[in-house]
Amino acid sequence: MSGNEAAGEAAIRAGCRYYFGYPITPQNQFTEYMSWRMREAGGTFIQSESEIAAINMVFGASAAGARVMTSSSSPGISLKQEGISYLAGCELPAVIVNMNRAGPGLGDVTPSQSDYFQATRGGGHGDYRTITFGPSSIQELFDLTYLAFDLADKYRNPVLILADGILAQVMEAVKFKKTKKRLPKKPWALTGCKGRKPNFIKSLFLTPGVLETHNWKLAAKYQKIEEREVRYETYYSEDSKFFLVAYGSCARIAKGAVIEGRKEGMRLGLFRPISLWPFPYKALAKLAERGKKFLVVEMNLGQMFDDVKIAIGDKAKISFYGRPGGGIPTPKEILKEVKKR
Amino acid sequence: MKKIFKRPKSLTPEKTIYCSGCGHGIAHRLIAEVVDELKIREKIIGVAPVGCAVLAYDYWNFDVTEAAHGRPPAVATGIKRVRPNRIVFTYQGDGDIAAIGTAEIIHAANRGENITVIFINNAVYGMTKGQMAPTTLLGQKTTTTREGRSPQLDGYPIKVCELLAVLEGVTYLERVALDSVPHILKAKQAIKKAFRNQVEKKGFSLVELLSSCPTNWGLSPQESLTWIKEKMIPFFPLGVIKDKG
Repeated sequence: MSGNEAAGEAAIRAGCRYYFGYPITPQNQFTEYMSWRMREAGGTFIQSESEIAAINMVFGASAAGARVMTSSSSPGISLKQEGISYLAGCELPAVIVNMNRAGPGLGDVTPSQSDYFQATRGGGHGDYRTITFGPSSIQELFDLTYLAFDLADKYRNPVLILADGILAQVMEAVKFKKTKKRLPKKPWALTGCKGRKPNFIKSLFLTPGVLETHNWKLAAKYQKIEEREVRYETYYSEDSKFFLVAYGSCARIAKGAVIEGRKEGMRLGLFRPISLWPFPYKALAKLAERGKKFLVVEMNLGQMFDDVKIAIGDKAKISFYGRPGGGIPTPKEILKEVKKR
Repeated sequence: MKKIFKRPKSLTPEKTIYCSGCGHGIAHRLIAEVVDELKIREKIIGVAPVGCAVLAYDYWNFDVTEAAHGRPPAVATGIKRVRPNRIVFTYQGDGDIAAIGTAEIIHAANRGENITVIFINNAVYGMTKGQMAPTTLLGQKTTTTREGRSPQLDGYPIKVCELLAVLEGVTYLERVALDSVPHILKAKQAIKKAFRNQVEKKGFSLVELLSSCPTNWGLSPQESLTWIKEKMIPFFPLGVIKDKG
């Protein structure tokens, strides 16, 4: 199935019964899939009047205690940022899938990784982070979406899946996981105050010092996430002298370059961050200790490049090769760049 | 001695931040009285707006969430779809409902969401200190219409009830005013009907309350009530605008 459908099915199996979305290419199949599948599963699907309305319906459903999601693509994700900021401020769980297309502005519907900064730095206003995963296959897109609902509930925080137009539309075989029956209890949710004191969901703190305390509380949570939720993959890490660093679809292509390069006798490896926030800084720094060279490959002008620089600093030589605006690097191009350095 | 007047259970003892003569206090109380009378305090979920009533959750003694400016109808939609047997309402000002949240209110109404909307129309932006609202009257002076609202430069005041009345999904629309005791009693009946409609699963109901803002109108509380009567009501006529029963 396509990535659009796989992520939708993963959500259903993770116990999500509420989907609110607005069509945008290249994730229209997502909304279409959910329109019938959600209702078949006994859930609720609303084609909202806008992405802004969709994310606020997500806010409401989450506040009421449900597993809920929305999906979109770059311009639509920009519109959702207001709501994502509120979700983060109110500590409400939700899953948001971004099938990244090229920008800025309307850009093009072609695949891109141009939203990395937005996804990993909060994205909306205020001092916050969202857990962000960058899957590189349809199976991984399924698995990470399935996992995202558990993490969202566990940390009471929005989780973003940052995929792209390739993953959205390519078809691959997917092994499903079981449908979750038992979901976590949410005593903080709005259910009507029968038998308890009223619950309030809010991110507004006007008493001096109280917001700062709230921000510190969020910071402690983010630190916990940074300690526990880092995910990455290394490919040929043992003998490699030269590492490509790439995520998502681009990492698939980079893997192809590693295979080709090794055929030519190059000692080439790949470091693939799976969690983009929290970023695997420590693992990458450790890899850099042994005097390697690194080439960051992205479908943008160099965004994850900044995180690689933070991780490695001056421990090793780092360079960048990227293609913005919907350009997709080929293994051949990547190898050519490797040989130059 | 028999107690004949007390605080409704649905109001907390918290002192409000509202100015003297502000209509919000009356509106909050009317909602609380209705919630008590319909015995729905333990099953109601409120959505507070952005604006002066942003702290409404401090005053109501039941479950309440905040919402981003203009988005309460979308938030309420999400809550109601998850909890169809709870009573869900939004409390929104004129900027919230008729400017930044125009899309959300129209589409929630058009879907016929079984929710209740309490709309406070005071023809001015209160919390940000007196700028033009979408419902500011022609000629009315605000901090962004210093010479008075001009139809050529600033457009016309929006009649929200009349705008929504054409939508098939809407069940009940009524405009009331908080300028006199008889009108306030009538407002309570309208609010009660709007909540009862939801209890009876009749669909989308909205009550518009013409309400005073002495501070930003530059009038005394008493003059403000006269201003509602003499200026607002002639433009925003009171009564039932739609009732599908």
